[in-house]
Formats: sequence, C-alpha cells, structure tokens
Amino acid sequence: MSLLQSTQLRATPPASAARRAFIRAWPEFENPAAWLVALILVIMPLIASGFFLIEIFGTTLILGTIALSLMFLAGYGGMVSLMQLTIAGFAAYMVAVFGISANTNISLGWPWWLATPMALALATAFGTLGGALAVRTEGIYTIMITLAIGAAFYYFTNQNWAIFGGHTGINTVATPHFWGIDWRTDIAFYYVTLGVAAICYFAVQYISRAPFGLALQGVRDNPRRMAALGFNVNAHRVAAYAFASFIAALGGVLQVWNYRQISPGSVSVGACIDVLIIAVVGGITRPIGPFIGALIFVLLRTFALDFLVRLGLDGNRFRLLIGLGFLAIVFWSSDGVIGLWQRWRQSQRPRTDRPDGGRGHG
Amino acid sequence: MSKCSIGLLALSSLFLSGAAIAQEKIKVGVTATLEGTYTVLGEDGMRGHQTALNVLGKKIGDKELEFIVASTDATPDSAVRAVRKLIEQDKVQILLSPLSGDEGIAVKNFAKTHPELTFINAASGAQETTYVDPAPNFFRYNMDGAQWQVGLGKYAYDEKKYRKIATVGEDYSFIYTQVFGLVLEFCGAGGQVTNRQWVPLGTKDFASVIAALPDDVDAIYLGLGGADAVNFLNQYQQAGGKAHLMGGSIMIDQTILSSKGNAKNALVGTIAASGQADTWEDPGWQKFVKAYQDAFPPNKRFPSPSLLATNYYGSTMALILALRQVNGDLSNNQAKFREALAKIELDAPNGKIKLDSNRQAIGTNFVTEVVDDGKGALFSKVVKVIPNVNQTLGYDPAVFSKIGLPSRTVPECKKY
Repeated sequence: MSLLQSTQLRATPPASAARRAFIRAWPEFENPAAWLVALILVIMPLIASGFFLIEIFGTTLILGTIALSLMFLAGYGGMVSLMQLTIAGFAAYMVAVFGISANTNISLGWPWWLATPMALALATAFGTLGGALAVRTEGIYTIMITLAIGAAFYYFTNQNWAIFGGHTGINTVATPHFWGIDWRTDIAFYYVTLGVAAICYFAVQYISRAPFGLALQGVRDNPRRMAALGFNVNAHRVAAYAFASFIAALGGVLQVWNYRQISPGSVSVGACIDVLIIAVVGGITRPIGPFIGALIFVLLRTFALDFLVRLGLDGNRFRLLIGLGFLAIVFWSSDGVIGLWQRWRQSQRPRTDRPDGGRGHG
Repeated sequence: MSKCSIGLLALSSLFLSGAAIAQEKIKVGVTATLEGTYTVLGEDGMRGHQTALNVLGKKIGDKELEFIVASTDATPDSAVRAVRKLIEQDKVQILLSPLSGDEGIAVKNFAKTHPELTFINAASGAQETTYVDPAPNFFRYNMDGAQWQVGLGKYAYDEKKYRKIATVGEDYSFIYTQVFGLVLEFCGAGGQVTNRQWVPLGTKDFASVIAALPDDVDAIYLGLGGADAVNFLNQYQQAGGKAHLMGGSIMIDQTILSSKGNAKNALVGTIAASGQADTWEDPGWQKFVKAYQDAFPPNKRFPSPSLLATNYYGSTMALILALRQVNGDLSNNQAKFREALAKIELDAPNGKIKLDSNRQAIGTNFVTEVVDDGKGALFSKVVKVIPNVNQTLGYDPAVFSKIGLPSRTVPECKKY
C-alpha cells in the first residue's frame, strides 16, 4: 500500500501546481484505501440489508457524526465537551416539537423543511451559548461545565411535560416525504445519513486546514502566544463550538428520524459519556476516528449480549464486555484505534520514509 | 490494506448469513427490563414467562415456538431499540413486549410502523397505550394502572376511615395512571388528596421528598417500584416515618415484599390494590403459584409470583392459546391469529380476562392488605375481589373522556 502510494507520487512530478495544492488539501483522494471504503459505503445497500444497513451502519454514521463534533472540539481546539450529545438531543427534541408527532398538544405541526432548519438553528444557538460559558475554563473545568449542562438538560427533559413530554418523551415523530420518496425507508435513509456524515467529515477536514482551523490549533497549543499575535482566543473557541454544535445538531436530527421518537433516555448522562467513549476509542486526532469508534461501539453494544450467551456466560454481564473493550483500547493506545493503526504503519515503513506527522497533533 | 478488505468481506458475508429464516419455527421476541431500576421486575417477569412455557409447552401443531429475549431499562428509547433489534435482526414474527408504562406507549406507536407483525403487551400498564389512538396490532391482556387501583379508594375511605391522603409517585405514565384510578375513586367517595409529589424514575435520595411529606394526612400513598421503592422505605424508616401507608400495584408486590433488610416491615398493614393477591384461595391461582414455585429453586425466585410474573404468564398464555386455535397460521398478515387474539377469553391465574374493542383487558381486581406470615415473609392478603373491571372504570365513556388523560395533576380531586 505504502509502495503504491509513493510510486504514484514519484510518477507524477510535473503535475500542475493547482493539482498539487488540491492533493495537499485532500490527501484522501490519493489514497486507494479511502476510495475503497467510500465505494463500499456507497454500495452498502447491495451488501447489507435492513438491520445491518440501519441499525449498524446508519447508527454508526449518526453516532459518528455526533462524536465527530466532539473530535473537532477536542482534537483541534483542545476542548473536551461532554454536551455534544445534549446538543444533538436538543435538535432532536426541537424537530419533534416544531414538526409533526403523535403528541399533538406539544408538536406545532410545521412541515419538515421548516422544522428542521429551525431545530438546527436553535440547537446551534444552544451549543454556542453553552460553549460561550465553557470557553472561560480549561481542562477538567470545561468537562465539568459541559457535563453539568448535559445533566441539567437530562433532568429538565425528564420532568418538563409542557415542551419535552417528560419521561414518556415524544412519540411517532414524522419523517420527511418529498419527491415521491419516503426518506425513512431503509435505503433512502441510509443514503441520507451517509450524505450528511460525508459532508460533515469533509467540512471538518477542510476547516482543519483552513486559516480558521490552523488558528484554532494554534489556540489549542499555545493560547497566550496566539493572543499576543493578535488573535481573539475566546472568539475562535466560541466559533469552534458553534461549528461543532451545528454538526452535532445534524446528527441529532438524523437520530430522531431514525427512531421516530425521542425521550430523556436518549440524552442521559450515560449517553453523553458514550459519545466521549466513541471519540476516544476511535481516536481524536483525525476526523475518521469517531466513525471507527462508533462502529466498534455499535457492534459491541449490539452483539456483546449474543456473544456472551454463545460462550455460555451470563448475558446480563454484557456491559462488562463493552467496558473491557474500552479499557483495552485506551490502555494500549492513548490515541485510540487510529493511533494503533498509525503506529503499525510506521513500524512497517523504512525509517527514512516516515511522514512528518504534522497532521496528527499527538 | 488487503487485510482491511478481507475483514470487510468477512463482515459482509456475516450480514448475508443473518438473513436466513428457519421455516419450521415461529419466532417470538420478548423484552423485559433486565437493566436499571426495574431489573428485579424484569427478571420475575421472565420467570412468569418461563412458567407459562413449562405449563403449556412450546409446540404449536407441527411448529415450534422460539423465543428471543432482549433487554431494556424502562426507558422508551431502550424499548424501541430492543424491539427493532428483534424485528430486524432476529426476524421475529410476534412480539411479547414491553414491561413498563412508557415503554408501552412507545412500542404501541412503533407497532403502527409494522402493521404486518403482532404485538402482545407483556406487562406495561399506562392508560394511554390502549386508550388513545390504539394500534390495531397491539393487544393487552393485563389491566392498566387505573384498573389495578379499583376498590382501593373506597376501601380506604369506608373501612379505614382515611379522609386526607398525600401521594408520592414516580414521574411517569404508569404511576400517573395508578394515581388517576386512586384519586377518582377516593375523591369520588369524599376524600381529599392534598399533595402529590413526583420523583424521577431511578431516584436514589429521597431525603427532600420525605422532608416534604405533610403531617396532617391520614395516610401516604406510595406509587414506587423496584429499587426506588426499597430506597424510599429504607430512608423513610431511618427518618422515623410512622404514617399509615397505602401502596400501588408494584409497590405492594413480591418484588418489594421479599426484598432483603427490615425496611419492608414498614409495609405490614398497608392497604393496596392490584391485579392479583398473593393469598387468593382460587384453585387456578394456587395452581399457578405451585407451578411457579416448582419451576425455580427457592433462592432464584420470590416466595410467590409478583404481578410481573403473572402478567408475563397471562400474555404468554394468550399467545400460545391463540396460536393453537389457528394452528400456527400466520398468513395474510397474521389476520387469523389476530382475530383469535381479539376473541380469546383467558382463564388466567388472576381471574377471567377478555378484551374490549381497543384490545384492552377487562379483568378482575383485588384490594389487599399486607400481612406477615409469622415467619418473617410478607404477603398480600385478599380483602376484596372486584370482577369485570373495564378501562373506563365503570364510568360512561363520554364522562370518562372528559376527565382527561392521567398526568401529574389530572384528575382533579372531585366527583366526576
């Protein structure tokens, strides 16, 4: 694989400057593995049906998108926010509140094309506000503040009946139908999630290399120096929260369309931490990490019970298996599965040919 | 790279193998709360289910029933996820689900998106599930929370002479339904409910709740279940609480009465109402208790089946008997099977059960009082048996619909 890539690069030295710039901005386009993964994802409906398409891959893409927003904040901004799932949940609730559902006393009954942008806007505003609170703190305090926001939102939804429908939540949320297609049928919905996940992925990839992203990484590494250079550190951080909130909100909208219902269990503190686990297991140095983490998480969550029962063990202990898997990955690789992969690649490569490693932040 | 693609190929072959369906089996998905606050309830529900299989067998003509169990934690999300897994991954044709109130509302709504499958409620008891916009493929063979409280209000007022009570309940649909039934009857008889407190499901610290309990009431009604109920009783005793207690259907139940520790002793003499009574003399009930006790060693079960075991037994029984009537014929979107389900009259352990036009059970209710059997075990003793309790609690449907749906403040404390 590495051979292939290097020969290709050497074979095309007279490529135009524009092409070289393009490749530098989007290294994925030169990587055959990326093309293969993309191809597999696109033809997935031919390979997998019903359950695997939505419950495994659809859910992976949705959770991956939500975790991607955390990866963006943590990886490029150095801010570990535990409220990304809360923002997603907020967007999901807003879709249910503004859109159409079985709870007619709560839902306003707007069509989806009005309710969805409204939900996205409100959730982004909500996340930005939370971010504006959190940016004044660092490290563990950021985690505490965002966790507090998440926990407060959970208990609020659990007990507020006027807007959030209490513990019962909001059921039978309508999903979009247009151009004669029911977008919640398995295959159509899979492509919707894939499309959204891909857009978010490339947006994060693009921003990480754009001036804003570079400045954000500067803020992460040395906020004082950046401030001395004339950058408004807090403004960069709040803007990062706004962008991450929008991505999380997109994930939340997909989630409510997926289950057609939303209730406090979906925004519980446990679920908030699941998103952190996904991001950490996958690796927070690259945008692909959260998706890998989400796939591992979803597979474990879905099959741990069956797996234990097949081994003749008590199936009730399946959460233990998830915890052990998480421990093992974090123990052997502090930057997740991606870190493992990268180290393996480097050990396979002759010393002189190592990449400069500037893309991962270490 | 090549390793990666091999892995993906292996994965994809796994998906394809998952699609194969066995022909000779009828697959039934079962959900129970095997996690969270209601774990003990879910476990005993599964014991009731197993008892029904022991008694009735798994054969339907030349076909055999296969059961696949999925775990939930009493939240609606977990129930929908579990049911979807059962349908999409395990390809079940019938569902026996779910256990808890809010799960029931979510699963009923979900059932509408799968009109080709049949859902039999396992034990959930929120009123809304079958009363508001019922799903044509959702059948419930247990009564709802309000039906399970019939008789309690009058008994408290007439016999115990309680005039003023306060309630503490978990903040979700099933307990709203229970308090709904209690308040309607108690206030209808002339009593007063002065204070209704609601705590989130899964509350561990009841200090503030206990501190806020009013002193000038004759009794306190407890609508709690599982771990919440045990936590409350412990803390209530430590706080020196001595008020008369009244209990909801999952509060005065073997899941609490046989819990470890002394806290449960506060419950001796408590009056309650439920879809069953532990010491009922009826031979059908006694036979069921015997079958339950024989099926599991004493340390792996309660001394006597809980309400959940009884409900799971009843719903499993309905499933098997209706399937036998149609000889396992699930063709034509299970039309024949559903017809049989709708018509069937169950001779359930806790009395005769038949369904109304919303596919909701009409059954027998019991007013009970907690007694100590002399050896330290607590049981609920029958005080009164009320047959033929329907979902509108004997009210004219037009009057009943004016009361409103159960919530924190509905119904008002007045005579309707």
